[in-house]
Amino acid sequence: MATYGRIARDGLWDNNGVFSMLLGMCPTMAMTTSATNGFGMGVATAVVMAASGFLVALFRNYITTEVRIPVYILIVASMVTVVDLGMNAWMHELYKVLGLFIPLIVSNCLPLARLEAFAAKEPVLPSLWDGIFMGAGFTFALTAIGAVREIIGSGTLFADASLLLGPAFKFMEMRFLPEDMGVLLMILPPGGFLVTGLLVVAKRMIDLKAGKEIQMGGAHSVAA
Amino acid sequence: MKNDNAMKHGLILGAFCLGFGILIALTDRVTAKEIAARAMEDKINSLSQVLPAELHDNNPISDAIVLKPEPGKQGEHAKETTVYRAMKGGKVTGLAYEIRGSGYAGEMKLMLGLDADGKILGVRVLAHKETPGLGDKIEVKKGDWILRFTGLSLGNPPVEKWKVKKDGGQFDQFAGATITPRGVVKAIREGMEFYAANQAKMTEVK
Repeated sequence: MATYGRIARDGLWDNNGVFSMLLGMCPTMAMTTSATNGFGMGVATAVVMAASGFLVALFRNYITTEVRIPVYILIVASMVTVVDLGMNAWMHELYKVLGLFIPLIVSNCLPLARLEAFAAKEPVLPSLWDGIFMGAGFTFALTAIGAVREIIGSGTLFADASLLLGPAFKFMEMRFLPEDMGVLLMILPPGGFLVTGLLVVAKRMIDLKAGKEIQMGGAHSVAA
Repeated sequence: MKNDNAMKHGLILGAFCLGFGILIALTDRVTAKEIAARAMEDKINSLSQVLPAELHDNNPISDAIVLKPEPGKQGEHAKETTVYRAMKGGKVTGLAYEIRGSGYAGEMKLMLGLDADGKILGVRVLAHKETPGLGDKIEVKKGDWILRFTGLSLGNPPVEKWKVKKDGGQFDQFAGATITPRGVVKAIREGMEFYAANQAKMTEVK
């Protein structure tokens, strides 16, 4: 059984959902036009991943192999709906900003992959932990890609962060290039592919320098 | 034996569907009232942006009228329109109603506010699915583009200029997004034409 430290390291860096496993590419490309968008999508995904990991682990002895995939999809979709409705009702200001992203989580295969590779076999607490850290790693990746695309594409960083996090975070909003100086390509879909690819390379180079073996989504998880 | 297994899997799947179905139904029941209240607050907020408070002494939502679509009209015009009316001293001083346009990623809903002469008091986006960072500059939170329509009317500029610059009109598109502003400008123009066609009905006080 994996230790909590190992799970956290895997989720955040070694086996990062985006940079190592290349999962969840659909929201990764779509929602990283700015660092703030990437961060919002990442946090919403992390909540759903933690909740669904917990639930799948809880019911893991009752879910038979034959019907596991529909059950996982059912659980992820239910969690997305519950989060969507709950936020709309009780965190309406946040919902107005994040609401756009939440239904997209269903189309993300990273939660599904973690349920299959981890929560289906492990106890409740490690599964919850895995969901949280895989989600945090996803948030990190999306924020990083969003930051690069935003700086080059719009010349800003964390624009509108105060809409998402509250007025106290106004200080995070930075401008590097004058308005309309950005390279629009980076905001458009090709920019998503370019930046994601370059960051995957950068991550592997860091790992190589550190003398680690390059992991192809293998060592600590079942290929999913 | 095989049939027994199929039955068992079916029952397990069915049980999960039932369980999570109940969970969603309960969540919906718990949140429905709150969500409706929040939606109403949003509506009041967006109305107050297009119907300035000094224009009316009534509640535009309770003095709303519903215009039935004209028989035989298709598509967009086949829906009924709720017209929120600002009144002062028993006379209609302003109107606000929802207009729809098609954007880059589906329908956009906007609230258009007009005074009794058909001049724009304000336009606000209610809902859209446009690209974040590009098309979403139509939101007042993300840019002042939408404010430029205030004070304009169907004759000012002339109707053939009610287009984005790319189409020979007078309104700027955004860098990287033409379809969104084009849809908004068209929706506003059609919204004003709607007023021109239904002015009598809309300003009539019973």
